[in-house]
Amino acid sequence: MTASVFFGCTFIAFGPAIALFLFTIAREPLRVIFLIAGAFFWLVSLLLSSLVWFISVQISNKESAVQQKGLLIFGVVLSVLLQETFRFAYYKLLKKANEGLLALSQEETMPISIRQLAYVSGLGFGFMSGAFSVVNILADSVGPGTVGIHGDSQHYFLSSAFMTMAIILLHMFWGVVFFDACEKQRWWAVAAVIISHLVVSCLTFQNPEYVTSLVPTYIILFLMGIWAFYTAGGSLRNLKLCLTCKDKDFLLANHRPR
Amino acid sequence: ELTLKYGAKHVIMLFIPVTLCMVVVVATIKSVSFYTEKTDQQLIYTPFTENTPSVGRRLLNSVLNTIIMISVIVVMTIFLVVLYKYRCYKFIHGWLILSSLMLLFWFSFMYLGEVFKTYNLAVDYPTVGLIIWNFGAVGMICIHWKGPLQLQQAYLILISALMALVFIKYLPEWSAWVILGAISVYDLVAVLSPKGPLRMLVETAQERNEPIFPALIYSSAMVWTVGMASPMDAQRSEHGSDEEAEQSGGRVEPERRQPRTFPEDDVEEDSEFIRDHVLVGKATATGGDWNTTLTCFVAILI
Repeated sequence: MTASVFFGCTFIAFGPAIALFLFTIAREPLRVIFLIAGAFFWLVSLLLSSLVWFISVQISNKESAVQQKGLLIFGVVLSVLLQETFRFAYYKLLKKANEGLLALSQEETMPISIRQLAYVSGLGFGFMSGAFSVVNILADSVGPGTVGIHGDSQHYFLSSAFMTMAIILLHMFWGVVFFDACEKQRWWAVAAVIISHLVVSCLTFQNPEYVTSLVPTYIILFLMGIWAFYTAGGSLRNLKLCLTCKDKDFLLANHRPR
Repeated sequence: ELTLKYGAKHVIMLFIPVTLCMVVVVATIKSVSFYTEKTDQQLIYTPFTENTPSVGRRLLNSVLNTIIMISVIVVMTIFLVVLYKYRCYKFIHGWLILSSLMLLFWFSFMYLGEVFKTYNLAVDYPTVGLIIWNFGAVGMICIHWKGPLQLQQAYLILISALMALVFIKYLPEWSAWVILGAISVYDLVAVLSPKGPLRMLVETAQERNEPIFPALIYSSAMVWTVGMASPMDAQRSEHGSDEEAEQSGGRVEPERRQPRTFPEDDVEEDSEFIRDHVLVGKATATGGDWNTTLTCFVAILI
């Protein structure tokens, strides 16, 4: 327990996300602002869904475990639907803002493209979602105690951290695919995003059998990642050029000689 | 497009001090128990106690406390505007110096003492005297004269955090929340309405076309707690000098700079600054849940 678990779980959960933030977003103030705005939108969606859940719990029968479990499932499904609704709302807001900015500025090009916005807003959603999932667990992992002393699983902290990492990256991929689908009016893709979000959230009901919840989640993560990669304009050729440092556009943009 | 990018950069430059300040406040609340201990001692501005058994009475007391606090603020703001109108600059300067002195020396001495108590460190008086003297003297120079930009910002962060912590300790629970709400409303009213004292201050300064104007705007926004020798003044003037320093630092793009002719926004920013830190601190103190703190943090940034 204590420090090693705390740091380990923190870096597992937030490592990739923070790396993405530091290398691609931190330098550009506009992207940081949209990231935080995205986080705020996710927060509002969570607020609404937790309000509904709270009220429904108050009026329900607190003794019946089956009813409570049913309410929990209902709460999760509602929360997912609300999150996706707010993602759509954020998309609409950004479109409007972009048009406004274009009209205002003297330049021909927009200061930030809708693809960058998709990435940044997805990551914003992911950061906030991950933080809410795992921060209290991390705070507890510092203190004294033994995990699962009453017979529960000993892998609670670790699997929570892995789940959080998957969720953050998934939110980012979902953001990219969602915005692109909205741009091109491909509603089946939007539905696919919503369904995969529902599937991942409902998989967590398998806990504490962490294998059955984590492995499918990671499979979905890889598939979504590949989909988002192709949506954002990637291809095997690009990937090869990038990995062998022969991608001239990237090198020119970063002022690196070749 | 450059104006937009400049605006975005400016916003980010605000995010970092705000974040650091919140980190300091939250860290202190979580570790130094002094600031969350229940105390019967209250500020003279909130004379009604909240120790009453009935809910209705407690609510009434907190509303009364809020009314008293807000009226004190209004009176002090009008007093400051009157002083400015009749050109009593020496008085205002003296007030500023006195309040920043008190904040830098007395409150930081208290804070240091509590931190030592929490971590069970025995430190002798000469050492503490040396530390506080240096901290305070450098702070006074940075605020009222010149200093490196980052040092000024660091002082701003520490002073705001100290202020917020004192408020968190001495404001009773329910009064704190009602006051936070009322002050938000007061901010808007005082700055935007035509008869508002702060707006009058701005207009007088603009008529006179005076350069002293930024520091005074901030000092007017700071007229909150005279009893505590207006420690806010120090924070505001620091923020003010911080903003001026930012401007001088950013002389690279003089033409593209957005003209700082919206002092109302600056004044609002300042009063929101301290109010937000009190909010975060109170949220952390009352809830054991880190989610609450996170929520307040993101909401404040937005």
